[in-house]
Amino acid sequence: MTQRIILRGVRPLGGESADVVVADGVIHQIATPGSVAVADGDRVFELTGQVLLPGLVDLHTHLREPGREDAETVRTGSAAAALGGFTAVHAMANTDPVADTAGVVEQVLRLGQEAGYVDVFPVGAVTVGLGGEQLAELGAMADSAARVRVFSDDGKCVDDALLMRRALEYVKAFDGVIAQHAQEPRLTSGAQMNEGAVSAVLGLRGWPAVAEESIIARDTLLTAHVGSRLHVCHVSTAGSVDLIRRAKDRGIDVTAEVTPHHLLLTDETARSYDPIYKVNPPLRTERDVLAVREGLADGTLDIVATDHAPHTSEDKDCEWDVAAFGMLGLPTALSVVIDTMVRPGLLDWAGVAERLSAAPARIGRLADHGRPLAVGELANLTVVDPDATWTVDPWDFPGPSRNSPYRGMQLPGVVTTTLLRGRPTVVEGQLQW
Amino acid sequence: MISHLLSAADLDHDDAVLVLDTAAEMATLSDRSVKKLPALRGKTVVNLFFEDSTRTRISFEAAAKRLSADVINFSAKGSSVSKGETLKDTALTLQAMGADAVVIRHGASGAPHRLAEAGWIDGAVINAGDGTHEHPTQALLDAYTIRRHLRGGEGDLSGLRVTVVGDVLHSRVARSNVHLLDTLGAKVTLVAPPTLLPVGVEEWPVTVSYSLDDPLPESDAVMMLRVQRERMNAAFFPSAREYSRRYGLDQKRMDMLPEHAIVMHPGPMIRGMEIADGVADHDRSVIVEQVANGVSVRMAVLYLLVGGAREPRPAELVGEAGL
Amino acid sequence: MGVPESVPNRGPAAAAEVGPVVLDAGDLHRVLTRISHEIIERDKGAEDLVVLGIPTRGAILARRLADRIGAAEGRPVPVGSIDVTMYRDDLNMHPARALGPTEIPPGGIDGRVVVLVDDVLFSGRTVRAALDAIHDVGRPRAVRLAVIVDRGHRELPIRADHVGKNLPTHLGESVRMRLTEIDGVDEIVLMRDKEEAAR
Repeated sequence: MTQRIILRGVRPLGGESADVVVADGVIHQIATPGSVAVADGDRVFELTGQVLLPGLVDLHTHLREPGREDAETVRTGSAAAALGGFTAVHAMANTDPVADTAGVVEQVLRLGQEAGYVDVFPVGAVTVGLGGEQLAELGAMADSAARVRVFSDDGKCVDDALLMRRALEYVKAFDGVIAQHAQEPRLTSGAQMNEGAVSAVLGLRGWPAVAEESIIARDTLLTAHVGSRLHVCHVSTAGSVDLIRRAKDRGIDVTAEVTPHHLLLTDETARSYDPIYKVNPPLRTERDVLAVREGLADGTLDIVATDHAPHTSEDKDCEWDVAAFGMLGLPTALSVVIDTMVRPGLLDWAGVAERLSAAPARIGRLADHGRPLAVGELANLTVVDPDATWTVDPWDFPGPSRNSPYRGMQLPGVVTTTLLRGRPTVVEGQLQW
Repeated sequence: MISHLLSAADLDHDDAVLVLDTAAEMATLSDRSVKKLPALRGKTVVNLFFEDSTRTRISFEAAAKRLSADVINFSAKGSSVSKGETLKDTALTLQAMGADAVVIRHGASGAPHRLAEAGWIDGAVINAGDGTHEHPTQALLDAYTIRRHLRGGEGDLSGLRVTVVGDVLHSRVARSNVHLLDTLGAKVTLVAPPTLLPVGVEEWPVTVSYSLDDPLPESDAVMMLRVQRERMNAAFFPSAREYSRRYGLDQKRMDMLPEHAIVMHPGPMIRGMEIADGVADHDRSVIVEQVANGVSVRMAVLYLLVGGAREPRPAELVGEAGL
Repeated sequence: MGVPESVPNRGPAAAAEVGPVVLDAGDLHRVLTRISHEIIERDKGAEDLVVLGIPTRGAILARRLADRIGAAEGRPVPVGSIDVTMYRDDLNMHPARALGPTEIPPGGIDGRVVVLVDDVLFSGRTVRAALDAIHDVGRPRAVRLAVIVDRGHRELPIRADHVGKNLPTHLGESVRMRLTEIDGVDEIVLMRDKEEAAR
C-alpha cells in the first residue's frame, strides 16, 4: 500500500463531516471524524468543514498547444485546472495544427500525461482544419490512443446543415457527440458584442441572440431526425435555454453547457471598451444571465464548462475590434459557481458535483471521472473551503496569459486540495510540482 | 471635471453650455488683428489620425494653432493596426513626447477610451471620431450652429425639434448628437429605414420615424447624415435611387419645413442621393457655416481640457476658484 | 467640466469672514464721478477715449464710467470689455476657467486712448495680462489704468492712473466688491481670512 492520505473533517458533498482515507489511488475508507488512527507515514490534511467534491471535469478548455505556446501550454493549462479543482479537462481542437487527425490528438494526450496535473482529453475537430467543408477523420481519432468522443469545431460553427447532419450521424458509430459552437456566421459577420441597448450606444457591431438560437433550433431538429447526440457549447441567451428545455421535453438527446462568465457578467462590462470582456459568445444582458442560472439550476443546462481561453497581452491590450475573443476560466470556475449558484441557493453541493463533474464526465464518456464519493472509487477529488474568499490576481495564475475578467474581484470558495487518482496535485492551495 | 472628451455623454448640461459659450468667445477672434490666443502656449497637441479625415484634422489643427499650441500631426494610417499593438506603442511614443492633448480619429469604436483609460498616457484625449461610436466635437459644432440660428447664440436648445436623417446605425455623428441634443433639451427625431437603425434605439431619448415626410413640418433643424453607397451591397436598402426617393432631402421636402428651419450636414455630402443640389446650396442650409464653427468649438474644447491645470489643484487654492 | 465661474476678486472666499464695509453705495457713486472727471481732465476732453473693463466687475464699472464721461461731454463714449483669462500667468495652475466676454467697440482701439478699468488692483498680474490682451487687439496711443480700490502688495511694476481709494491691507485679507447689476447692492467689503482673524 502506498502512503495513505487522510482528508480530515471534510464534508462529502457538503454533508456530515468525515475522515476520508485515500490509498492506492482509491477512496479507501469514509469514517466518522477522529475515528481513523493515524499510522506512521500517513499524510494528514486538516480540512475540517471544507467540502469534498469529486474532481471537477471541464468539457471545454483551450490549452493552445500546439501552436500558441506563448498564450498557454498543456502543462500550464493543466496546472491552472488543478488549482481550480479539476482532475480532467477536454482540450479544444482549435490549435495550430488543428486537432483533426489521430496524430495531433495523440500528441495532446501525451503532453497531458507528461504534465500530469489532470487527465487531458483531446477534443477532435469536426471538419478538416475547422474549415467547415469536409469531415475530419472522426473515426480515426475515436480509435486512437486518445479515444476521442467529443468532437467540436469550437470557435467556428458547423453552419452547413448537411455537414452537421452527417457529423451527427457519423459519430453514432462510436458513441461520439458533436459539441456545437452555435453561431450563425452571416448574422454575426464582424460582430463584437451582444446586440442590444449597450451595443447601440457603444457603436460596436451587434451579435444578435438569434444567431445562437437559430443554430440550436436547427441542430436539435437535426439531432432528433438522425437520432444522435448533440452538445451545445456555451449557451448564452435566455432564448437558447428555452429552446433546449423544449428539445429535452421532446426527448431529444441534447446536452448543454454554460460558462462561469455567462453566469456572472453582462454586456454592461463592454462600456469600458476593455477587451478583457470580449468573448465569444458575447456577454449578454442581465435577463440572459438570470435565465442561464435558472437553466443550470433546473438541469436544462447540464454542465458548467469554462471555455478557458488564454490570450497574450498583445492580443488583449489593444482596441476592442482587433482584440481576441476569450477569457481565462479554469482557476475561477468553481468560485463563480459558488457565487452565482450555491450562495443564492440555486444549487446545492450535490448539484455542483453533478454539473461540474458527473454530467460532463458522462457527456465525454469518461469512465474514471465524475464518480460517486464512495469507497473503492478512484480518488479523483477536490476540496473547497466554501467560506473563504480570495481576490483574483491573474499574475498568480500558472500560465503566461492574464486575461481574467475577474481580476481584482473578491470571490468565494478557495480550492485547497486536489487529488488525481490519489496523488495530491494541489495542497493548501499550492500546486504540487 | 472631465479630463477627456470621449463621448458627448461626458458633458452634462452646464458643461455643454460652457463649451458653447466658450466657443462663442473664441469666434470673436476672427475680428481681431492678431488671430491667436496664448492659452495653450508651450503645450503640445497631437493629432493622431488612424483614418483619413483631412477636414477634421485641419479643423483641430487650426484650433490648436490659434491657441498657440505646438501641433504634431501623426498620421498612423498605413501602418499596420491589424495586431492592435500600434495604438499602445503609439500612445507610449506620444507619452514620451509629452503630449498635453491627443486628438484621436480611429476606425475602431472605443479606441479613444482605450487611449484614455489604459494608463498609457497622461494627456487629455479628445475623440475626433471613433468607428461607429461617437464624434463629440461634431455634435458640439452642430449644437453651436443650431443655437446661433435658432436661439440667438445663448443658453441651451430646450424645446427645439431636430430631425436627424440617414444611416443612424453606422453614424458616430448621430450618436453624439442624440446625447448632446438631449442634454441641451432638444427633442430629437431619428429618420431612417429600419435596417439603418440600431437594435436598442428604443432606449434612446428620441422619437423614431421611418418616414421623412412626417416630422418635417414640425422640425426646426434637419440634420442629414452621410450614407455610404457600400451599404447597398450589404442589403441595408435596395438601391441608391430608392433611398433617395424615400429619405433624400429634395426641394419638395424642403418646402414642407417651417420658414425658420435650417438644414445641416456633417459632410462630405453625396449630392443627389441624400441631399439635392438646390437644398445643399439653399440659403437656409448652414453646411458651410458648420465648418467655420467647427474651429471655434474645437478651440473651446482644447482650451477647457488643456488650458488649465491637469492635476487637481492644491488644497490651499481651492477656495479661490470656488470649487 | 465643472469649470468655475471667473471670480475677479482674488483671495480666499470660502474660509473668510466679512469685515468692515470700506465703501458704500454713496462712496462708490462719488468715486466713479471723481474718476470720470479726472479722465476727462487728463485727456482734455474725451475725443479718442475707449473705456475697456476687465470682466466681470471691471466691465460693469467701465460702463458706469463711460456713461458718466458721456453725460459730462454730451456724447457717447465707446465702451467694451477685454477678457484676460487666457493671458493670465497662472493659467496653468488652475482648472480652465470660463471666459469672460471680449467686446471691442466698432471703432477699435488703434491710435486711441484706452482706459482700462478693474475693480481692485492687487498684485498687478491681471493688469499685465490685460496689457497683453490689448496688444493682440490693436495698438492704442496710450493705455491708462483706473481702479476703484488699490490694496497694495504689487508684484509687478504697475501703477494706476486713477484710484478710487487706497486701502492698505494684509495679505490674509481680501477685498470683495459687490455691484447692483449682478449682486443687487453696491458695496466694497474687506474680507478676513478666518485664521488671520482668529489671531
